[in-house]
Amino acid sequence: MSRGRRLLRRGRLIVVEGIDGSGKSTQIKLLHKWLEARGHQVVFTEWNSSDLVRQATKRGKKKNLLTPTTFSLLHATDFADRLTYRIIPYLKAGITVLADRYIYTAFARDIARGVDPRWARDLYKFAVTPDVAFYFRVPIEVAVGRILGTRAKIKFYEAGMDLGLSPDAVESFRLFQGRVLKEYDRITEEFGFRVIDGTRPIDSQQQQVRSIVARLYNRDAGLFEAAS
Amino acid sequence: MTQGKDCAKFFGHGLPYADVGDLKGTLITIEGTDGVGRSTQVNLLREWLEVQGYGVIETGWTRSELMSETIGVAKAGHSLNQLTLSLLYATDFADRLEKIVVPALRSGFVVLADRYVFTAFARSVVRGADPRWIRNVFGFALVPELTLYLKIDANTLVPRLLRTRGIDYWEAGMDMHLGTDLFESFRKYQWRLIREYNKMAREFGFVTVDATLMVEEIQARIRRRVQALLEERRIQALAGSLDRLRPLLFEAEEESAGERPEPPVPQGIGSAESVAEPRVARAPSRD
Repeated sequence: MSRGRRLLRRGRLIVVEGIDGSGKSTQIKLLHKWLEARGHQVVFTEWNSSDLVRQATKRGKKKNLLTPTTFSLLHATDFADRLTYRIIPYLKAGITVLADRYIYTAFARDIARGVDPRWARDLYKFAVTPDVAFYFRVPIEVAVGRILGTRAKIKFYEAGMDLGLSPDAVESFRLFQGRVLKEYDRITEEFGFRVIDGTRPIDSQQQQVRSIVARLYNRDAGLFEAAS
Repeated sequence: MTQGKDCAKFFGHGLPYADVGDLKGTLITIEGTDGVGRSTQVNLLREWLEVQGYGVIETGWTRSELMSETIGVAKAGHSLNQLTLSLLYATDFADRLEKIVVPALRSGFVVLADRYVFTAFARSVVRGADPRWIRNVFGFALVPELTLYLKIDANTLVPRLLRTRGIDYWEAGMDMHLGTDLFESFRKYQWRLIREYNKMAREFGFVTVDATLMVEEIQARIRRRVQALLEERRIQALAGSLDRLRPLLFEAEEESAGERPEPPVPQGIGSAESVAEPRVARAPSRD
C-alpha cells in the first residue's frame, strides 16, 4: 500500500471499522462534529456509496445474483471510484477524510465469505494507508441486540444469507457476523487497529477517540514546526 | 497456476468457497484487439461445432447479467480510470465465469469466450496498471484449454477499423490523453495494445493465427487446432471413465464371487492360493 507521502501538507485519513451494530457510525459522526467545531476541513465517505456501481449492487442484491467473488469485486470497484474522486484529491488538498468502513471491511467480511485472504489483500494494494483505523469491538450478542432493537428487518447479505448458514435470518446473522468478528480480531495486530470497547458508554468511547485523534494532529503539527 | 478440485486449473487461488466439480467441457478463448474479426470467427466456429454435435455456449466481454448495463453507462460517462475500468471488467468476468462458464463446463459444453482475461490484462497494463496486480485480481479465473490469438499489425488494423466502424472514444484510448489528435491517439493506443498481446502470446502460450489472411483460411486454421484439442479431450475422457470403471469392475467380480457360496471351478482344484500359483510359476519360463 502506498501513502500520499509526496505531499508535505496532506490531510489525515481516519477510518472506523467493526461489525454491523458495533456503534462505529455513531462514533464517526460525533468525531466529525468535533473536528468541524475545532475548525478543521473535513469530508465524510461511506463504504459502498459511489454512483458507479450503485445500480449493479442494488440489482445483484435484489436478485441474489452475488457470489463471494462478485460481492468482493463490486465493493472493490466502489472503493476504487471513491478513492479516486472522494478521498485522494481531498487528502492532497490537506482536508481530513473520515471513512465509515475501509479496506479492512473487505478483509474481514469477504474472507468470512470464503475468498482467499491473499487475493483480497492484493486486490486492495492500490489503497492509501490511513493515519488511524479505529476498531469498535462488541460481542456478537450485543450487536445482534442493537440490530434487532433498531431495524425492522435484517438484510439478506448483512446476515450472510447467501452462504446458507441458516434459513433463519437472526441465526444466520449471528453466525456470519460471528465469523466477521473473528476475522477483525485476527487482523487487529496485522494492521495496527486502535481497539475501542464498543460496549462502553457512547461519550466515553468518543473521549477516547478524540484524544487519539488530537494526538495525531499534534504529532503532525510538531513535525511541521520541526521542519520549518 | 494452481490445481483446484478435480484438476480444474486456475490462474491463482480460484474459487476457494465453491466446489467447481468435474469440468467435463472444454474452454476455448479467442483473443485479439478491436476489429480483428473475432466475432466472425466465433460464429463460424460455433456453426461448425454444432453441426458436429457439440453443445456450444458463448460468452462475450462485458455481457454479464450483473454488470453489462453498469459498464455501458460508466463508459458513456468517461469518468473511469485504470483502476475502476479494470475492476468493472473483473466483476463482469467473475459473474460470467460463475454463472455461465463453470456451469456450462460442468455439463460438458464447449465454451467459446470472445475475449478472456488477457483483454483485461492488455487494457489495464497499457493504462499503467502493475501487470502482477491485474494478474492477481483475475486469480479466480479458469485457465482455458486453448487460447486462439488473432494477430494483426497496427498498420493493417487501423485503416480496417476506420473503414468498418469508425473511431470510438475507448478504442482510441482517449482516456489516456495520448494527444489531442484523435487519429494519432487511436493509432498509438492500438499499437500499444498489440504489443501487450504479443508479449502475452509468449507468456501464456497462445496459438497465434495470422488475422490478415482470408476469413475462410483463418477459420480453417482455427478448426484444425480445435479439432485436435477436442480429440485429445475425448481420449482423456475415455481414459478417465476407464479409470472410474476399473474399481467398479473389480468390485463387481468380488461381489459376484461372494454371491455364489461355492464357486464351481476352483472348488474342485483347491484353494484360491493354489489357483494363483501356476500363473506365478509360469512367468519366469516365458522369458
